[in-house]
Amino acid sequence: MSDYIIQLNNISKVFEDGFVALDNLNLSIKKNEFLTLLGPSGCGKTTTLRIIGGFEMPTEGEIVFQGQKINDLPPHKRKVNTVFQKYALFTHLNVFDNVAFGLKISKTPKNEIKERVREMLNLVNLQGFEKRQVESLSGGQQQRVAIARALVNRPEVLLLDEPLGALDLKMRKDMQIELKKMQEKLGITFIYVTHDQEEALSMSDSIVILNEGIVQQIDTPINIYNEPKNAFVADFIGESNIIDGTMLQDKLVHFCNKDIPCIDTGFAKNEKVDVVIRPEDIDIKNLSDAQWTGKVTSVIFKGVHYDITVESSDGFVWLLQNTDRQYEGDTIGMSVDPDDIHIMKKVIDL
Amino acid sequence: MRRWLSYPYLVWMIMFITVPLLLIVFYAFTKQTDGGIVFSLDHFRQILDPLYLKVFLRSFKIAFISMLICLLIGYPVALFLSSKDFSQKSTYLMLIVIPMWMNFLLRTYAWLTLLENNGIFNKLLEFLGFGKVQFLYSEGAVILGTVYNFLPFMILPIYSVMVKIDESVISAAQDLGANSFQVLLKVMIPLSLPGVISGITMVFMPAVSTFVISRLLGGGQFALIGNIIEQQFLLTGNWGFGSALSFVLMVLVIISMFFMNANERNGKESML
Amino acid sequence: MSKSLKKAYLWLIILFLYAPILVLMVLSFNDSRSRATWGGFTFRWYIELFKDRDILLALYYTLAIGLLSSVIATIIGTFAAIGIFGYKKLSYSLVKNISYIPVINADIVTGVSLMLMFVFLGINQGFFTLLLAHITFNIPYIIFSVLPKLHQMDIHVYEAALDLGANPFMSIIKVVIPEIRPGIITGFLLAFTLSIDDFVISFFTSGPGVTNLSIEIYSMARRGINPKINALSTLMFVVVMALLLIVNKRSASNTEKKVRRDI
Repeated sequence: MSDYIIQLNNISKVFEDGFVALDNLNLSIKKNEFLTLLGPSGCGKTTTLRIIGGFEMPTEGEIVFQGQKINDLPPHKRKVNTVFQKYALFTHLNVFDNVAFGLKISKTPKNEIKERVREMLNLVNLQGFEKRQVESLSGGQQQRVAIARALVNRPEVLLLDEPLGALDLKMRKDMQIELKKMQEKLGITFIYVTHDQEEALSMSDSIVILNEGIVQQIDTPINIYNEPKNAFVADFIGESNIIDGTMLQDKLVHFCNKDIPCIDTGFAKNEKVDVVIRPEDIDIKNLSDAQWTGKVTSVIFKGVHYDITVESSDGFVWLLQNTDRQYEGDTIGMSVDPDDIHIMKKVIDL
Repeated sequence: MRRWLSYPYLVWMIMFITVPLLLIVFYAFTKQTDGGIVFSLDHFRQILDPLYLKVFLRSFKIAFISMLICLLIGYPVALFLSSKDFSQKSTYLMLIVIPMWMNFLLRTYAWLTLLENNGIFNKLLEFLGFGKVQFLYSEGAVILGTVYNFLPFMILPIYSVMVKIDESVISAAQDLGANSFQVLLKVMIPLSLPGVISGITMVFMPAVSTFVISRLLGGGQFALIGNIIEQQFLLTGNWGFGSALSFVLMVLVIISMFFMNANERNGKESML
Repeated sequence: MSKSLKKAYLWLIILFLYAPILVLMVLSFNDSRSRATWGGFTFRWYIELFKDRDILLALYYTLAIGLLSSVIATIIGTFAAIGIFGYKKLSYSLVKNISYIPVINADIVTGVSLMLMFVFLGINQGFFTLLLAHITFNIPYIIFSVLPKLHQMDIHVYEAALDLGANPFMSIIKVVIPEIRPGIITGFLLAFTLSIDDFVISFFTSGPGVTNLSIEIYSMARRGINPKINALSTLMFVVVMALLLIVNKRSASNTEKKVRRDI
């Protein structure tokens, strides 16, 4: 048996109206992993989750759970539980009965139900809320009930579909930390869907970036941020300057009218590439030492740093992030260290 | 905004809703004696007369059975229609609603043609070699007519509650291990209860007070409360007794309104 | 349960709902008084129907009462709803609940209560009392179609009109009423159909010589089977279908318009 708990092999999903939600997806999820599916809306991340949960049948491919194919297993027989987007709590039941729902279905003895529900409510900090109606709870509390309701069944895998989307920023940050702690404590595999890249970076062991039903990159948060595989990933994870360039030879790239040293190798001579530079990696230099010069067109204060846009002589508009203030209309110099320049193969648009 | 805009209506409301109902109460609780008009419960005592009590019980029995049949037939219709794997919901809904817009008397009359001794059902039975059956002028015919007329009133409120049930709540129940029967029992039925209650009142109330269906399909033999009220006002002129019967129906309405209101209040709380 | 089984069940119910009406429609072309034997195709019952003075008069009263009562009820009810909307909580729910009585009350109780009222006021029952009765049971439907639209409406549009110099009455005519128009129209159509369909209340509030179609059908049906009723049913069914299609098309294009405006 492999050490993967879930494997998705060559999964495709085409909806009745012809929309291709997933195109030949391959994904292996390790036990106890916190895996995040990240991408813009319509990228197929929720569909992937619903296929694992059993709410959607893949058009092609197989779903393997602990070494067994489970394509035909209905949702209520799968050892996974879901925390739904808008919680999907049962409004006709109180908090206790919501959490106890799955245990009652599986005919767990009454005493054990009581014990496990209490334990779970403690875990999500809702002790004493048993008799409350779910509608009387705040969004954050409802969220906790939804998590408790899923976790109480001790699933092998917990699926979370944008669970924090409806919460305000402060609450979201707190819940991110709590969820991560819970996952470590319980040792359950979490598969987490979000479109919030910051959330993905801060919580996950690994991130799957999806776009238009195709996996763009699977990697750790650090690698995703530092070594984006293509311009889409770079653009989606944090802000980036993406510039058309030509690879002259190993470790030398031509863009914005300059030949610039870099550290990438293995490209064909004169291959067209995307050059990706993070805004915070662009240094402001004296005009004489700079690789490029340009005119500052806007300066926006962002708290820790300033967002500065600079238009260079070739017409490209750069985004810089710098803690030093610049002034609109000034001409400044810019440079980038070779190891901050990321060269990517062009994604061929079909 | 401008409250005075409603004043013409307030006058209308008092004159044609409030006062008429008070008149019913007045007639129901008084009687004419030599010494003038005095308070009396005689008209209510008359209801307890075995002759009328029988009618009363029959009305409730027929209305209850009809309501139950509507619920048993109508609930699955609403359930199937609201399920997500059903496309063309609105077409089916239209098909169910259209007969409601057909004149009530014509709908009842239609069954008269089908059920009578020389009607299609009996011709069919004859053709198949069975003898004629007296369908018409029986309790069964009245119940059939009632179910036929009021079935959509049961389906629509249940359906409108069911389509609002969030699809993900059903998914959540499945996710927690419930099979389709458990989903129905533990989630769909409790959540659709408000619709069921309004469906029940919307069928029971007109069924218990009808006098057309019982007159046309039941003949004279199966008089219901409605028929007695009609008689008191248009034939025997005993307005006091007619009013007492009407008063009972009003109380029934108020009770059901109370149920619906309680329901609505729960619903509102859930919105907050 | 499988989808086809569900579909079969729905069609069974639809068959139950339509079969009697379809039988009437077929029989309306049957050139035989018998209900179960086909005597050939004929328009005879339609011709007789249009020769029947009583039915034509009833049709006239039905339409006249329907139109008059729904127009008057729409005017009174719309202004009533706007006024009620501004009430304090207690009087709001009081008036709303009283207005709800004719909607939920048994028709027969509404009918006899109005009859008692007319006797009490000493009005001879006839066209006028019939009209009053129909207006009375129509107004609540207008109010309950309009009130939700008022709640949906942005209250600031009224204040904006005042702010721009319109007096309160002008603001209501020029701004509020256009905003709630869909509710008014729905209410009007509902009132009109309920009025032409009503039997029980009309039965108790009309007087000698004044009948509507429902009363006419009742008295004909009481006398037994009459093929003219089949012809009348067919015509009414066709008219209702046509009206529904028009209304549906209208509301569909309305939603389209709304969606376009929302974008």
